[in-house]
Amino acid sequence: MTYTVKVDGIVKSFGGSRRVLDGVDLAVEGGAIFALLGPNGAGKTTLVRILATLLKPDAGTATIAGHDLRTDPAGVRRSISLTGQYAAVDDVLTGRENLVMMARLLRLPAKAARERAAELLSAFDLEDAADKRVKTYSGGMRRRLDLAVGMIARPPLIFLDEPTTGLDPRGRNQVWDVVRGLTRDGVTVLLTTQYLEEADRLADTVAVLHQGRIIAQGTPAQLKAGHGGASLDEVFLALTEPGYEPGYEPGYQPGYEGASR
Amino acid sequence: MTDLTVMITRCVRRSLRDPEAFFTSLLLPVILMLLFVYVFGGAMSATATSTSEYANYVVPGLIVLCAGFGAGTTAVAVATDMSSGIVDRFRSMPIRSWSVLAGHIAASLARNLLATALVIGVGLAVGWHPSASPAHWLAAIALITAFILAMSWFAAMGGLLAGGPEAANSVTFVIMFLPYLSSAFVPARTMTPVLRPIAANQPFTPVIETMRGLWMGRTSVGASVGHEALLAVIYCAAILAISAAAASYLFRHRTAA
Repeated sequence: MTYTVKVDGIVKSFGGSRRVLDGVDLAVEGGAIFALLGPNGAGKTTLVRILATLLKPDAGTATIAGHDLRTDPAGVRRSISLTGQYAAVDDVLTGRENLVMMARLLRLPAKAARERAAELLSAFDLEDAADKRVKTYSGGMRRRLDLAVGMIARPPLIFLDEPTTGLDPRGRNQVWDVVRGLTRDGVTVLLTTQYLEEADRLADTVAVLHQGRIIAQGTPAQLKAGHGGASLDEVFLALTEPGYEPGYEPGYQPGYEGASR
Repeated sequence: MTDLTVMITRCVRRSLRDPEAFFTSLLLPVILMLLFVYVFGGAMSATATSTSEYANYVVPGLIVLCAGFGAGTTAVAVATDMSSGIVDRFRSMPIRSWSVLAGHIAASLARNLLATALVIGVGLAVGWHPSASPAHWLAAIALITAFILAMSWFAAMGGLLAGGPEAANSVTFVIMFLPYLSSAFVPARTMTPVLRPIAANQPFTPVIETMRGLWMGRTSVGASVGHEALLAVIYCAAILAISAAAASYLFRHRTAA
């Protein structure tokens, strides 16, 4: 089995003692939606920033779409797009201008850049607002534009860091629809979320990150079954309960091996 | 080259679509010009033989002051950019990261050359009579361009060091008030003894004196134009080199929250 993302023993500390990531292992299959679930401060964003080459890990390795994170960061950058918690679009430009600008930066010729921008505006349902400044967009529209920008180069893998945080239910549903649409085109999605419902409804595989470690991984159904919870909420609460030690529970296997059993 | 062109287009658009900042950077120089020539000019010229003499003294200084202030606003532009997520996106793309800063610098240069042209026009209208030859005009424009570049990089560095747009504003004000402590408005020798050496030796003074020398035929400090020009070029080159290197370093090592 080849994985689109394979992470081995990533460790990251900030300012000496605080270990944000304490040996993270992950394997993400191609063409799937993989949710990294965890409470605030669990290290989700740090992990995504490391995998997107924005931060260097203290230890550990990762292979992203066949490129080694340490020896080929440029290859990683060509294979991914990152959508952060803060919409990474230019407020002062229009939606179309943002898309054309990013397409030009990705080396598309001027004409091709304009065509790709038009395609994406239509695919992400932003045609009506295409020539309005992003400043006037709603939260859901900004995230959709953000995702559209990420799809310009048709990367095989996209990282979505808390794609629906701060959105109203309508905006959230729009983003979910768009994310599901991405996998139909064979794109692999690695998203982080603190919302159990989002992981449950959207993801093929869920990994729970808690205190810098992956403490459970599997399909939403496997996680529910393995932990006797009717919902992911119960599983999550059980897993992150103070005093809970991963591995003490009968039938639990840490790491992604657990998912394939 | 595409990276750079795209970034310049982006920053020029941002400048044009921020009408408040854009008009401030054009209006403020004009207001300062009118203030110094018509409000303070009378008192300043009391000892002079003609009323246009102060205009002739102060306009080269005002041109440099306005260029410095305009370039200083780059600090706010860069700090605003750094506090939004877009810089992280740029950094995760296969592009030359310095082009992001270079876009701001190029937009600042375009904005401030325009403002400088306007200030020169208003200066001529209020009674400034430069005696420069076309070659001297070219030299003056070359120096003001170098000065705007150096100050823009300096401001970009300030913008990166500042935590956010508000803090970056203070960088703009430092650059705006430094000229008051130079020979821009009054000769350094008329100042209190403590300030004299500061005013005579700070970077703005040789730049302003070179402008005076080129436009008016002589400097106000007695030194030759060549001497002041050499100092001005050294100052600009040093500020440019140090600020550009520091700003590029800070840009690589600092991202949005």
